[in-house]
Amino acid sequence: MMTNHGNRITQGQFSFLPDLSDEQITAQIKYALNNGWAVNVEYTDDPHPRNTYWEMFGMPMFDLKDPAGILMEVNNCRKTFPNHYIRVTAFNSTRGVESPTMSFIVNRPKIEPGFGLTRQEVDGRSIRYTVHSYATDKGEGERY
Amino acid sequence: MSNTTNSEVSIAEDGLVDLEAEFKVSNIQEVLDKLDKELIGLKPVKTRIREVAALLLVDRLRKKFELSSETPTLHMCFTGNPGTGKTTVAMRMGEILKRLGYVREGHLVTVTRDDLVGQYIGHTAPKTKEVIKKAMGGVLFIDEAYYLYKPENERDYGQESIEILLQVMENNRDDLVVILAGYKDKMDRFFQSNPGMRSRIAHHIDFPDYSAQELLQIAKLMLAQQNYRLSAAGEQAFAEYLKLRMKLPHFSNARSVRNALDRARLRQANRLFADPKKKLSKTDLITIEADDVLASRVFSEGRTDAEDAED
Repeated sequence: MMTNHGNRITQGQFSFLPDLSDEQITAQIKYALNNGWAVNVEYTDDPHPRNTYWEMFGMPMFDLKDPAGILMEVNNCRKTFPNHYIRVTAFNSTRGVESPTMSFIVNRPKIEPGFGLTRQEVDGRSIRYTVHSYATDKGEGERY
Repeated sequence: MSNTTNSEVSIAEDGLVDLEAEFKVSNIQEVLDKLDKELIGLKPVKTRIREVAALLLVDRLRKKFELSSETPTLHMCFTGNPGTGKTTVAMRMGEILKRLGYVREGHLVTVTRDDLVGQYIGHTAPKTKEVIKKAMGGVLFIDEAYYLYKPENERDYGQESIEILLQVMENNRDDLVVILAGYKDKMDRFFQSNPGMRSRIAHHIDFPDYSAQELLQIAKLMLAQQNYRLSAAGEQAFAEYLKLRMKLPHFSNARSVRNALDRARLRQANRLFADPKKKLSKTDLITIEADDVLASRVFSEGRTDAEDAED
């Protein structure tokens, strides 16, 4: 049985929805900026759920007032990595929080092969399970 | 841009729009009045701002008839001597453009060459872009813009910065307004070597020097803002002071006035302090007397009090 019909990765916010339009992305970024969060653009070709740290596209953008600059970076990143996963994260630098508060995908590869379940037999009859991204069978840069 | 487009209903061909109502809604009169009240003189500047405001307002009405026109370029160049109010006007510009719905945030980002140009290869582009991103939705004010281009050094990175700026000024017209400022002769030279920059700037505004009368008004306004006032004799003395000071070198208009007033306040405090037993009234505390002004070295020695400090 296919559990994920569109075979789309669901990570972060809005990932069960259709792709966000540029206006919707702008509105989300505006929300982050209104809260005083710094917004980053990150990309990866290894979307394993445990791969928390994606590559950053440029520096995190502190002290911005308007989402237009960030959208510009998003579009630059899309141009550079049209077939990678790209996400926008918002970082809350309040002391004691200091962690990302928003994260949503703004670009996906055309074909997302998804993940397979790997079973490993260990001591006795125990089985260990792990997920494995089909895309990572290929080398870096050839995955999507 | 953004806040006007979405709520708009297009109007029939023979429909009418109310310019006055639109004018009232935009609250622009309030800003223009404030400009008139708080900025003394500067006739050409105010005229131009009024024109820009009118253009944007009419543009907004045109949009209601779905008459498309290119977004007007509002990049500006302010030229004028030091202390003629370039920065102050730039700050107001952000607010005005915001009220007219031309920029979204209306904040002002003030930068100079140091903020834009890097120190080694590959440093300039990210630096300039970061500044541009910060200024988006508002006004980017480049002070002493002519420093960006140094003709004597052909490996200077300023040119790279200019090219990025030009690109953004052309492509992101909706997102940001660039205002360059600098002294007239140097800016003219700058534009001569960067014709692309010149043609992308629609508004070249020259800030005239202030007259002695205007400077006195400015002084009174500055003092009023700090809850001080000149006594009648003090006012006369200050007018006298201005007359002398304007002839001296390094006179920088309103900035010199501000510095002179700061020193007068210092002397006033000193004068009050000289007699500690005396009970002071509120009037004593807010009044600057002729003595406070006349003690300046401009009168006794014919040079400024802080020759080295003031430029």
